[in-house]
Amino acid sequence: MTIAITHLSRRFAEFRALDDVSLSIAPGEFVALLGPSGSGKTTLLRILAGLDFPDSGELTQDGRDLLRVSARDRGVGLVFQHYALFRHMTVFENVAFGLRVRPRARRPSKAEIADRVDRLIKRVQLDGLAQRYPAQLSGGQRQRVALARALAIEPGLLLLDEPFGALDAQVRISLRRWLRHLHEELHLTTVFVTHDQEEALELADRVVVMNRGRIEQVGTPEEIYQQPATPFVFEFIGKSNKLPVRIQNGRLVAGDQRLDADGLDGAADAGAIAYVRPEHLALTPTPLESGWRATVRHIYLAGSIAHVELDVPSLGQSLEAELGGEEAQRRALQPGAAVTVQPRHLTVFPIDGKTGEPDPERRRVAHPRYGQAALARWR
Amino acid sequence: MARRVLPGFGLSLGYTLAYLGLIVFLPLAALAVKASGIGMAGLWKTISAPPVLAALRLSFGAALLSAVINAAVGLLVAWVLVRYTFPGRRLVDALVDLPFALPTAVAGIALTALYAPNGWIGSWLAPFGIKVAFTSLGVLVAMIFVGFPFVVRTLQPVLEALDRDVEEAATSLGASRLQTFVRVLFPLLLPALLTGFALALARAVGEYGSVIFIAGNIPMKSEILPLVIVKQLEQFKYADAAAVGVVMLVLSFLLLLAISLLQRWSRRWAER
Repeated sequence: MTIAITHLSRRFAEFRALDDVSLSIAPGEFVALLGPSGSGKTTLLRILAGLDFPDSGELTQDGRDLLRVSARDRGVGLVFQHYALFRHMTVFENVAFGLRVRPRARRPSKAEIADRVDRLIKRVQLDGLAQRYPAQLSGGQRQRVALARALAIEPGLLLLDEPFGALDAQVRISLRRWLRHLHEELHLTTVFVTHDQEEALELADRVVVMNRGRIEQVGTPEEIYQQPATPFVFEFIGKSNKLPVRIQNGRLVAGDQRLDADGLDGAADAGAIAYVRPEHLALTPTPLESGWRATVRHIYLAGSIAHVELDVPSLGQSLEAELGGEEAQRRALQPGAAVTVQPRHLTVFPIDGKTGEPDPERRRVAHPRYGQAALARWR
Repeated sequence: MARRVLPGFGLSLGYTLAYLGLIVFLPLAALAVKASGIGMAGLWKTISAPPVLAALRLSFGAALLSAVINAAVGLLVAWVLVRYTFPGRRLVDALVDLPFALPTAVAGIALTALYAPNGWIGSWLAPFGIKVAFTSLGVLVAMIFVGFPFVVRTLQPVLEALDRDVEEAATSLGASRLQTFVRVLFPLLLPALLTGFALALARAVGEYGSVIFIAGNIPMKSEILPLVIVKQLEQFKYADAAAVGVVMLVLSFLLLLAISLLQRWSRRWAER
């Protein structure tokens, strides 16, 4: 049951909600559509559900044209952010709805419906609540009713629109784990929309990062985090420092530093934007030849990690570094302390001469080389 | 004594009861006292008189029927006004309230002019042998007119608050448009629909001004109960008039109470 999305575009007046989006979803896959609001992720989900239609492009399931199948006949399980439960029906009636509205020929018998609904209610751990109305349930319970209701029609595809968006943090995390387990049991092809990167990276087999109606990157959570393909993904996922640099004769010029670096072979001289993750900045209190001189402006401990905010005069900006909390305490790192900062690796996007924008096509990962003697030790 | 977060319970309850007593209960009690002057036997004799019984049937029968029609048409109008945008929607929306604002006598005269055998509509109906003005059908038309805004106005906010999500969920679960309406939307609208129905009914039962112009007021045929009361007053039969008034009052109260219970049942799901 492979779902193929090819060159989908959807416009609302002047707004391009989807702009030439192509994606293929394998059977049993758990895919996250991740992006900020207005990135087109919900529009894509609604098109998959048959609740919206593209202006151009194709949507097929094993070669069958899905755009000709109405939402009613698509057999898609849909879960909404705000549950969209039928509030005048009990939990039991909500879950049974999809079976009861079937044409008589395909409708299971009353006993069969009751049996299936009971099993689903157990599966979503709502035993004993079958006769309650949605108003009598908590947010997490309601969302599980919505899920049971969607699963009742035995969908070929499960779509979740910000399923945890309306829940508080604790419930969100436990429901997330539970959903992951459910997916491992059922192997149901699942697509879910979220703007929460943590959620996407934790749950999905594959993450689709979207921005302004386009797909920025598709990859496993590791790939998305470790090898962001575009400046947008870098800024959207995780934390990063953004610095203006220059590539010159295979070296990286940043502030007062000229760094010899691997990974820049054959790169044309150009201005560029470099991104560094906070955990890829190493610090040391001794003044070294290579590395920026900086002052600690602020430091705070969050669990096992210390976040250090640094003023770097030669760059004319501040940087954020992370090091182990124990390390920071042992070194008694204080605001006002002078340190040397060395990037361990940077992702560099040369600026395109024509558009003036950083070019993801010419992306390079630079590993600066430091002599043994001139190596910052704290990470 | 239990502490309350919201202050002023005693004062506001006292004020509410005093006001209700003065404005609503006192006149009704006076009515009952007046009616009691003729005793149970006299009461029975008054209300079992054939013209009174006929008027009773007409008043409540036509009012119920008009409320049913208003509920159905009002649902349709509210639906169209909320769910569709079309040029002139605001104007149509404003027109809905006109029956509220128009003096009922004016409405009665206008309707009579329209439905009289030589009126714009009446002259079209006459060839089919349908007579509206000066018949019980005219009573119904006037009651529909004055009760019309209630259902529309009570349904509109509820329709506007309905989530699109819920309908989309029903569709993706395989429900047809009809199933979505019958099983999902209608039950959600029912409490408001019943409120509108009760208001339209109460208004129709109590309507006087517009009805007496179009009804022709033929005893036993197109005479409504309020007119029976007025006629008795004109003959200085105050106790009889009060007795008929009390019967109307009790019947109206029972009807509204029944609707209120039905409404409570229809929104049992909203209780926590």
